[in-house]
Amino acid sequence: MLIRKPDDIRSSEITPEGIYQNRRAFMGTVGAIALGSAILPNIAGARGLQDDKVTPEDDATSYNNYYEFGTGKEDPKEQAKDFQPMPWTVNVEGMVKTPRPYTFDELLGKLPVQDRVYRMRCVEAWSMVIPWQGVQLKDVIARLQPLPSAKFVEFTTLYDPKRMPGQRRAVLPWPYKEGLRMDEANNSLTLLATGMYGKALPNQNGAPVRLVTPWKYGFKGIKSIVKIRFTDKMPSTTWNDANSSEYGFYANVNPTVDHPRWSQAKERRIGEFLRRNTLMFNGYADQVASMYSGMDLRKNY
Amino acid sequence: MKSRFPALEAPVRRWVRPALWLLVVLPAPWLVAQLLLNQLGADPIDKLERLSGLWALRFLAASLAVTPIMRLTGWGWLVAQRRFLGLAAFFWALLHLSVYTVLDWFFDWQEIWKDIAKHLYITLGMLAFLLMVPLALTSTKASIRRLGGTRWNRLHALVYVSVVAACFHFLWAVKKDIAEPIFYGTVVAVLLAFRVVWRVDRRSSSRTVSGDTKSTPAG
Repeated sequence: MLIRKPDDIRSSEITPEGIYQNRRAFMGTVGAIALGSAILPNIAGARGLQDDKVTPEDDATSYNNYYEFGTGKEDPKEQAKDFQPMPWTVNVEGMVKTPRPYTFDELLGKLPVQDRVYRMRCVEAWSMVIPWQGVQLKDVIARLQPLPSAKFVEFTTLYDPKRMPGQRRAVLPWPYKEGLRMDEANNSLTLLATGMYGKALPNQNGAPVRLVTPWKYGFKGIKSIVKIRFTDKMPSTTWNDANSSEYGFYANVNPTVDHPRWSQAKERRIGEFLRRNTLMFNGYADQVASMYSGMDLRKNY
Repeated sequence: MKSRFPALEAPVRRWVRPALWLLVVLPAPWLVAQLLLNQLGADPIDKLERLSGLWALRFLAASLAVTPIMRLTGWGWLVAQRRFLGLAAFFWALLHLSVYTVLDWFFDWQEIWKDIAKHLYITLGMLAFLLMVPLALTSTKASIRRLGGTRWNRLHALVYVSVVAACFHFLWAVKKDIAEPIFYGTVVAVLLAFRVVWRVDRRSSSRTVSGDTKSTPAG
C-alpha cells in the first residue's frame, strides 16, 4: 500500500475482500500508521503488501543524504540541529501569473493536508518507508497559476553557507537544484512535504518544505526549497550537472537500468537483512508509467 | 645498517609488537560491540563494509611505511613488523570481503559475479585482495628461506599493484565526496614515491660508485 489518504469511509467498506479477510496480518504490518484510515483499494494490491513496514522514525531522521549539512549519513542530524527554518520565504519566478515572494503560509496554507506513506528509494540502493504530511504540489501550482507556456518547474534549495555548513565545501555545485516536467509536478503522488511521522519536518529531512516524488530516486526530493520557477526549458539539475552519466533528469526508479557503478535491480530496505527486488517506478507504475509511454527509459534515465 | 636513534630503539623494539597487535585486533571487537549496541546507524551492513575496507587499506599503507621508517632509523628489525602489518591488512581485507559476500549480498553469487564483472571498482577491489593471497601465504620465515630473499622480494612487490588497485577501488566506490580516498591515495602515493626515488638513486649511484645497496631491502 503505500499511498494512504485519510477519509470518512470505513476501511471495511472499501478494502478489497482478500485483504479485508487477511486484515489481521495486514494491520500487523501497517498497523502503526493505518489505524483509523482507509486504504485506496486500487493501490493496496497484494504486491509487497506485507513487506512495507514503516521505517523507524529514528532511522529516517538519522540516516540522511543532505550534503548541505555534511556528506556523511549521520552528519545532517548533527549539523542541522541549530538550523532555524522559520520565517521562510519562497520566491515564485518565471512563467507564472504573478512572480513574487510568497511566505510559507501564503504558499502552502489552507490547502488540503495529505497524509501519505511512501516508499523512498535512494539511488544508492537502499530504501525506507516514510509517512509524510504535506500538500499536493498540483494544488500549489493551481494556486500560483503558471502560464500555459510553462513546461517545467525548477526548485532551488537555500544557499546560505553560514547556516548550511556543508555548502562551505564545493562538493556539489551549490545551490542544489531540481526540476520536474509539468505533468510530473501535477501528478497526484507529488507532494510538497512539511512534516513526517506526524511532526514538523525535521531540519535534517529538509525543513520547512521539501519535494517528495516517490517513483523517483531520492535525490529528486529537493529540500529546504526557497525558489520555484516555471519555465519552458528543461531545467538543469544538480546531480545531473555534477555527473551526467550517473544521474539523469528523470531519475525514475528502474531496476532494469543500472547505475554505471552499481546494480539498481535490488535494494536494502533499512532495517532488513536480505536485499529485496526493486520495483519499476518504485511500485508506483499504475500512477506514473503513462507519463513516460513511448520514451526510451534507458536514454532518459 | 646503523641505528640513528639508539636511545629510542630499545623501548620501541620492546613495545612495538604488542602495540601493533592491539591496533590490529581492537577494531574488531569495537565494531562487534557497536553492532550489538545498535551504534552503527540505520544501515550497519554498509557501515561495517566501509570500516573493514578502511582498516584493510590503513594496514596496507602502514606496511608500506615500514621500509621508509626502517631506512630513516636504521632499525633493521622493523622488517618483521612489515610482514605483520601486511598480514593484518590481509585479514581486514578478508573481513571486508566476507561482509560483502555474506552480509551485503548473502551469497547471491549471481549478483556478486555481475558486480565483479560489470563494475570496475569492484573488479579492482577483488584484484587487490587476490594479489594479497600469495603474499599472505608466503609470509612465514620458512617461505622466505624456501624462496630466497631475491625471489621473495620480487613476489612481494605485488603489494604495490594491490595497494594501487585498493586506492582506486576506494576512490570509485565513493559517490561524490572524494576527500577521504584522496587522503589515503596521497599517503600511498608518497610511500610509493620513496621507492621510485630509491630506485633512481640506486641506478645513478651504482654507475658512479658501486655502493653498499645490496644490503638494503627491496621492499
